[in-house]
Amino acid sequence: MVDSNGSKPTGQALAERVQGSQAWGSIFRPGSIFRKGYSDSPRNRSYVIMNSVLYHLHPVKVKRHAVKVSYTLCLGGLSFFLFIHLTVTGIFLMFFYRPTAAQAWNDILTLQTSVGFGLLVRNMHRWAAHLMVLSVFLHMARVFYHGAYKPPREFNWVIGVMLLQLTLLLSFTGYLLPWDQLALWAVTVGTNMMGFTPVFGSQVRFVLLGGVEIGTDTLLRWYVLHVLMLPFVTVIFMAIHFWRVRKDGGISGPL
Amino acid sequence: MTEIPEHLRKRADEARQKAAAASGADKPADAAPSEATAPGSEATEGRIPVHLLDRSKAAANQPSPGADPAPGGGGAPAPSSGPDGHNQRLLTVVKSGSIQDTKSVPQDKVHVWPHLLVAEFLAALAVTLFLLAFSIFVNAPLLDLANFNQTPNPSKAPWYFLGLQEMLTMFHPMVAGVTIPGIGLILLVMAPYIDKNPSKAPEDRKFAISLMTVHLMFWAVLVMIGSFFRGPGFNFIFPWNSGLFFEL
Repeated sequence: MVDSNGSKPTGQALAERVQGSQAWGSIFRPGSIFRKGYSDSPRNRSYVIMNSVLYHLHPVKVKRHAVKVSYTLCLGGLSFFLFIHLTVTGIFLMFFYRPTAAQAWNDILTLQTSVGFGLLVRNMHRWAAHLMVLSVFLHMARVFYHGAYKPPREFNWVIGVMLLQLTLLLSFTGYLLPWDQLALWAVTVGTNMMGFTPVFGSQVRFVLLGGVEIGTDTLLRWYVLHVLMLPFVTVIFMAIHFWRVRKDGGISGPL
Repeated sequence: MTEIPEHLRKRADEARQKAAAASGADKPADAAPSEATAPGSEATEGRIPVHLLDRSKAAANQPSPGADPAPGGGGAPAPSSGPDGHNQRLLTVVKSGSIQDTKSVPQDKVHVWPHLLVAEFLAALAVTLFLLAFSIFVNAPLLDLANFNQTPNPSKAPWYFLGLQEMLTMFHPMVAGVTIPGIGLILLVMAPYIDKNPSKAPEDRKFAISLMTVHLMFWAVLVMIGSFFRGPGFNFIFPWNSGLFFEL
């Protein structure tokens, strides 16, 4: 492509044509660094957040102590990141998995032996899940030891405890899906415990299992819970959690 | 015309009587001039330096429109010329704090980009690399196909429920599986409403921190025992003698 003036290098002319086009301008908001370029200045540092979708998550500025890794240990952010990681790897796994007693275990075996990166992605999904339980738990401990649940953050602590339980449920429902001996009997032990809920214990167990015994109905039920319902609820709770962090004046502290 | 509040009128009357009794006796001019010129509080009224009083007396004799603090104000019971020739009236007392206090203290802030986003990106990268490396070297378990006729010995719940399973060896299932974790969970949710201590400093929160630490350690120890020290029949074993009975 040759520039009509011949005065500018071709690459630069092309860049200007693309960035001046209507399509480009419709994608990036006025003030976006992808429209006007980025040079390091306080104004541009603000624009990076203000004119991108990140503005939903982060304010333009935070307290200086809030970026200290030694205070947060990144635990809350990492829990969120692991959730995204689990979503991505989980979607990959869904392409190769059918939640029936006859096919589930074979599908996993085929995934590990015949699908490119199948074993690796399954491993990452599993280890990320355990890591997320750990990081959410440690995040809770961190928040408690910093007294960060005190006013005005009481309700966000409540949301956080809900998220901890949702994390445990997500992990536990995923545990059954490989349909191997480990899954079957771990879930048997777990659901037997829930069956001892006072008054309506047997009903709780029946609803959870989709019958009186673990079977293919249980597998379908837990699959839907695991890939759709619990993530949906978790995303809503996370949205409230993050929104309240900002509304309550950013993260707590310094001590 | 708004009425002068009762307590202010009373205060002004008292000050007037005091001033009449002292009949112009002035105290040492310890008050700052700016404070003394402010027409107002009874505290300063007794301490108006004598030269200022003289000046205001002179001003009262030849009134100028700018000197009158309340031009055109009628209705008030204050006389046109008070004790010592004041022609000022107490309208209201404005406390200094309400004017001078700024509402928020400026905070030391940094831009999210790059300070926070870079840290978040590096943390996410580190975890991704760790997961990738760990997943290359350690495979997720996949045991034999589920078989209802063959119960593995021991049968263990996922590790985060092994604390509960451990308690099953000590209590009735309803206590171990429902009552104790239920109460624990309710206490956890209620923590901000139970803990009324406003301080966040660790030295002020010895009880709360001790309680939480004991609680966390209680579960951690139970999970450890359930994970590593329970063998066939869920009997107590030492892993270095009998081996591990634990799958993630």
